Amino acid sequence: MENHADIIIIGSGVMGNAAAYYLAKEGKSVIVLEKGDHIGDGGSTRNGGGVRQSGRHPAELPLAMYSVQNLWPGLSEELGVDVEYYQEGNLRLGKTKQHLDILRGLTERSKELGLDVKMIDGDVARSINPYLSDEVIGASWCPTDGHANPLLVTLAYYKKARELGVRFITGEEVTEIRKVKGKAQKVITENNIYDGDKIILAAGLESRKIAQTVGVDVPMNPVLLEVLVTEPQPEMFYQMLGTAEADFYGHQSNHGSFVFGGTSGLDAFAIKDDSKPTMSITAPAICRGIIKYFPNLKELKIIRTWSGYIDDCADHIPVISHVDEVPGLIIACAFSGHGFGISPIVGILLSEMAMDKETTLDVSPFRYNRFKAKIQ
Amino acid sequence: MGKINERTRDLGHFLEMADDDIIICRCEEVTKGEIRRAVHEGMFTLQEVRKFLRTGMGLCQGQTCGKLVKGIIARELNISPNELESSTGRAPMRPVEMQVMANERKEG
Repeated sequence: MENHADIIIIGSGVMGNAAAYYLAKEGKSVIVLEKGDHIGDGGSTRNGGGVRQSGRHPAELPLAMYSVQNLWPGLSEELGVDVEYYQEGNLRLGKTKQHLDILRGLTERSKELGLDVKMIDGDVARSINPYLSDEVIGASWCPTDGHANPLLVTLAYYKKARELGVRFITGEEVTEIRKVKGKAQKVITENNIYDGDKIILAAGLESRKIAQTVGVDVPMNPVLLEVLVTEPQPEMFYQMLGTAEADFYGHQSNHGSFVFGGTSGLDAFAIKDDSKPTMSITAPAICRGIIKYFPNLKELKIIRTWSGYIDDCADHIPVISHVDEVPGLIIACAFSGHGFGISPIVGILLSEMAMDKETTLDVSPFRYNRFKAKIQ
Repeated sequence: MGKINERTRDLGHFLEMADDDIIICRCEEVTKGEIRRAVHEGMFTLQEVRKFLRTGMGLCQGQTCGKLVKGIIARELNISPNELESSTGRAPMRPVEMQVMANERKEG
């Protein structure tokens, strides 16, 4: 089979699959190369599913707001798969004065940028979610936030792109990007050479060593995050939940089970392992966090726990960028654990960049060369 | 890992079978027909079918249906079930109450 396409995408995560779909929709030929045996086996299908604007970095907020206003509501229909999008708001909870100070800061910053988010007291929070513990004294409330099912979103973009003729190849590990006449053109794997007019590198953490083969480095670290899922319950609430301390987050899913993610505080020091093990201390810590805020859930049974690495960038916002020194290469990585909610717009932006079109939103805050030493 | 798997290969037309309505994953009530259709829609591994349809995601975590699902996917792809990787087992192996898991510290 011919190994040439208009665009070669490295990585079949939600970003790569979304970009593949939006490009195929415009009639471009696309090949997606995935190192793993499974489509979207990294952070894309291991996260908590938040579709959140509140608490975003100011640079990222326009992407989140655009996605919520224009893309998430119609995504199930567009992809032909119910991706279980719920727009029932986001409660970020606080139990102490210090918590409320953190929440107030986040809220003010987002408000200035036009987001509908406000501080509410404990009683108002309990009127929105009657299961909250009395210890909650306040919260930030963003009514237009929500959540979706990340497994389905990632695979729905794949399925739809595949229907439109995108060629996906799993088990195909990219070792190198090679320039031809000064321009990125060849993608080398262990067994094959692929050739594209444009190359999109969206391989999460693995992007780093591939980008290094053309002399570009993105400063990001793997940080282990863990998620757990409970047995299903009748409908209780569908808001997305978080806390000021970020000790846990989660929601009740369409299926009835609760999906909660969280950290132990020692996550950055987990032993790095391809099998993505869970740490024995983390799920208990998440459970303690949940029970403090939702005492009614204490008898709920945990069915499964899992983990994934986030590609945590030096400044915690992604790289979405052309590369001056390597024309033809577009990098999209370092989403730092909050990429899922903005994945539809990132897919569109990447497709526009690959077609040399003006982008729908400004991507200049996400330049690849913004990282500088602290003393200049 | 590492076996090249081309996802656009032709599996032929999807033909309905007389027993497509039988439930394979009892916990999540997923039928044979749904699994077969998912394979035709591009879900070529146990993990992908699981994430797409919830097979093996219920209370038993696939301990009942894992082999059956594997067999159905393999037949649809015309490969040996041995070529398919089983899903990863994860803690806890049996459902555990949140308050029990939260109290793992001895002094608690």
